[in-house]
Amino acid sequence: MAFLEIEKVRKVFAQSTAVEKFDLAVEHGEFVSFLGPSGCGKTTILRMVAGFETPTSGAIRINGQDVIGLRPNQRHVGMVFQSYALFPNMTVADNVAFGLKVAKRPASEIGPRVEKMLHLIKLPQLAGRYPYQLSGGQQQRVALARALAIEPQLLLLDEPLSALDAKIRVSLREEIRNVQRELGITTIYVTHDQEEALSMSDRIVVMSEGRVEQVGTPFEVYNYPRTRFVASFVGTLNILKGRVTDSANGTLAVDDQEIVTARGIPNARAGELRSVALRPEAVSLSDAGAEGNRMRGTIEEVSFLGSVVRIRVRFREHAISLDTFNSPGKSPPRRGEPVTVSFARDDLRVLEGAEA
Amino acid sequence: MSRARLGPWLAIALGALYFLVPLIGTFEFSLRMRRGEYSFDAYWIVLSDPRFQATFGYSTVLALATIVVGVLLVVPTAYWIQLRLPRLRPVVEFITLLPLVIPAIVLVFGYLRIYNSSSLLPMTSSQRATDVLLMCSYVTLALPYMYRAVDTGLRAIDVRTLTEAAESLGASWFTILFRVIFPNVRVAILSGAFLTFAIVIGEFTMASLLDRPAFGPYLQLMGANRAYEPSALAIIAFIVTWACMGLIQVFGRGARQAAR
Amino acid sequence: MTTQSRVETHPTPAATLQLGRMSWSWLGVAPFFLFALMFLILPTGFLVVGGFQDADGNFTLDNIARLFRPNILSAYWISLEISAASALGGAVIGFFLAYAVVLGGLPRWLRPTLMTFCGVASNFAGIPLAFAFLATLGRTGLVTVLLVQYFGFNIYSTGFNLLSFWGLALTYLYFQIPLMVLILTPALDGLKREWREASAILGATAGQYWRYVALPVLWPSLLGTTLLLFANSFGAVATAYGLTGSSLNIVTILLYAQIRGDVLHDQNLGYALALGMILITGLSNGAYIWLGTRSQRWLR
Repeated sequence: MAFLEIEKVRKVFAQSTAVEKFDLAVEHGEFVSFLGPSGCGKTTILRMVAGFETPTSGAIRINGQDVIGLRPNQRHVGMVFQSYALFPNMTVADNVAFGLKVAKRPASEIGPRVEKMLHLIKLPQLAGRYPYQLSGGQQQRVALARALAIEPQLLLLDEPLSALDAKIRVSLREEIRNVQRELGITTIYVTHDQEEALSMSDRIVVMSEGRVEQVGTPFEVYNYPRTRFVASFVGTLNILKGRVTDSANGTLAVDDQEIVTARGIPNARAGELRSVALRPEAVSLSDAGAEGNRMRGTIEEVSFLGSVVRIRVRFREHAISLDTFNSPGKSPPRRGEPVTVSFARDDLRVLEGAEA
Repeated sequence: MSRARLGPWLAIALGALYFLVPLIGTFEFSLRMRRGEYSFDAYWIVLSDPRFQATFGYSTVLALATIVVGVLLVVPTAYWIQLRLPRLRPVVEFITLLPLVIPAIVLVFGYLRIYNSSSLLPMTSSQRATDVLLMCSYVTLALPYMYRAVDTGLRAIDVRTLTEAAESLGASWFTILFRVIFPNVRVAILSGAFLTFAIVIGEFTMASLLDRPAFGPYLQLMGANRAYEPSALAIIAFIVTWACMGLIQVFGRGARQAAR
Repeated sequence: MTTQSRVETHPTPAATLQLGRMSWSWLGVAPFFLFALMFLILPTGFLVVGGFQDADGNFTLDNIARLFRPNILSAYWISLEISAASALGGAVIGFFLAYAVVLGGLPRWLRPTLMTFCGVASNFAGIPLAFAFLATLGRTGLVTVLLVQYFGFNIYSTGFNLLSFWGLALTYLYFQIPLMVLILTPALDGLKREWREASAILGATAGQYWRYVALPVLWPSLLGTTLLLFANSFGAVATAYGLTGSSLNIVTILLYAQIRGDVLHDQNLGYALALGMILITGLSNGAYIWLGTRSQRWLR
């Protein structure tokens, strides 16, 4: 029996279905992310686990106990909100102590616990400050401490880093994961930022329009996307659409150039259109061996992203992006230069479904 | 989270009762003029009373004058404060709060003392002059509402950018004010205007102490001497106020559409 | 020096004409300040100074002393009581109404309807309001008559009289409650939904939420608006005059009679009365403003 079981949960609002037949089993101590664009239903599920929404049908069990009949204040679950939601009239210490105070714990217990929490988030010196005196990142850390102070059985985070600056997001991301590992608390993390999901999670649930697209480890989801949505949402993806010339051998004609896939193109007849996906890191600016694919094009755009240089190469109708590492000794290629790119057959993934 | 809604509904129900019953009561009372049956007699009598027409007309003219003077006073001020003199903003806002702090009766008492016939500026020496004084009193009363409406309206249209655009196209300050700023705060001005109208029409204290034939004193006179007409007048006054507020909403909604 | 120019730092093209432009701006706001001087500051100042002068213009505290005569003191006392009663009543009832529409989970259309109505009702003060209540709760008013007709119960037999302290307070509620609703609704909007949810997920009941979070956040607004209502009621004349004529002994009616010359025309007493009024409404409103800025700080 998993620690958190979400079984066949459906949520229907007046105008639309927010969540369809959602099934998930989360093990104790696992860090699972719900990843998807706005409106895909990820926050709705989180709120159902928290108790702020009731499922139209289905069951939710935490540690074996059916929680749907329980109100939020009875579930003993911790939650961190996107807007921090710190109580403005209380100091940091009082905020963190709130859950313990309403549970009527004795003061002798509350004091040390609050201190321990503040040390966990490395902000003990801010105990006497008010929320309006803190930066966004500090407020969110206090919110985390507040949620954890009551020793919840489950931790829920609803896009906690969306409102923060990019640099803070990266450092806070690590901190959250470290705290979670240290406490071993089962965690659900909702985000639309795939980098966050990939770097933090044990498993990712990719969602779109109320449905689960794929569940897997970051490695699986990134390298073996099962649907076009997952492939394009997680990481950058090049998509080439071509006419099948030989389905058994897996050859496609893209912009009058021929490329070959490793395992043929299933269920396709010659002359049909098919799409293949290709990760930028699989493409290189050189001639590959005889087994690989080669395409000739022109450099259209060079984006210097710091450690990585992203180059877009245009063929005729298609353009693909490729990434190379920044090398101070070598200057990046210039726009307009003719170039040959190569990639292995294995790196081409055939996408399901005929594209118009 | 569904909760028992008894409390809120009860509050609304009791509130509705308290607010609607007097209106119903007044309306019912105003229909009682003719013995034994309901009729609009009281209304006909009131509406055809020459004193009603005279005082309502007087108050309407005064209200319009108040609006015009108020707008001419407030809009340039709000404009310049936002654009060039932001440091004076707290001072101006304090001043616009004063009419809310100092009761009207105290203000008019002050006017009578300062501007009476034996002073430097004898505003009570003639009827016309007193009319002007009354108008100024009304402008003072309406100042907080007018200023807040215009200030909010100006803030919504980014005055700075508009002015710079106009300047770079060679417009004089007069043109900017009247051709660019005024039209864009039209809605804010209108809402301030309707509120002013509602305030002036029903005003009693100042008009009565300055002894002018306005609608307020007329109402009070009727109340002292007649039985049924005052109720009809109260209903008429309520309708006028409601119309003003309703028009504010209508124009306000129109502006929100336009801004989209 | 740099901080000084930060306010005007916008790089307008004609920076060299800065001085010229500054004087134009001052000219632009001059009419406003002149008006304020003539019709707000001078009259008030005149009265305040006059309160400390006798008929010949010499400084005296006589007028202040006369304020403490029994009938005047009782007028102040009654005014304070009515203001307190209508302010507290308006505050409590207004709070529950505002709570009902903002947080009560009622149908959406109720809120704009209530807001519009409150906008109208808060302006419906004065003589017409007095008439309305006379027509409803007067001796031959609709409610009085209906109660006798259907319940055999004459409210006047219990000693209730519309033309009295309680009748006036009840009438004042008609514009006090809407004012409270209008001001409090945005404040209730400011109570973020996430605070409620955060407190719930931390284990608090609704009662604990209100006690520890919502009311502490709201109390500056609540108290401040109550004080606003208090000042509003203290300075009201027309409604009282319409209802009771000059018979009820409250400060504003007293002052009204003084100005009209209905009583022994004693203008310095009038100044003192006005001074007392300014002091009370000034303090009340000042507290309202101060409390307003205080709550702003938290809810930044």
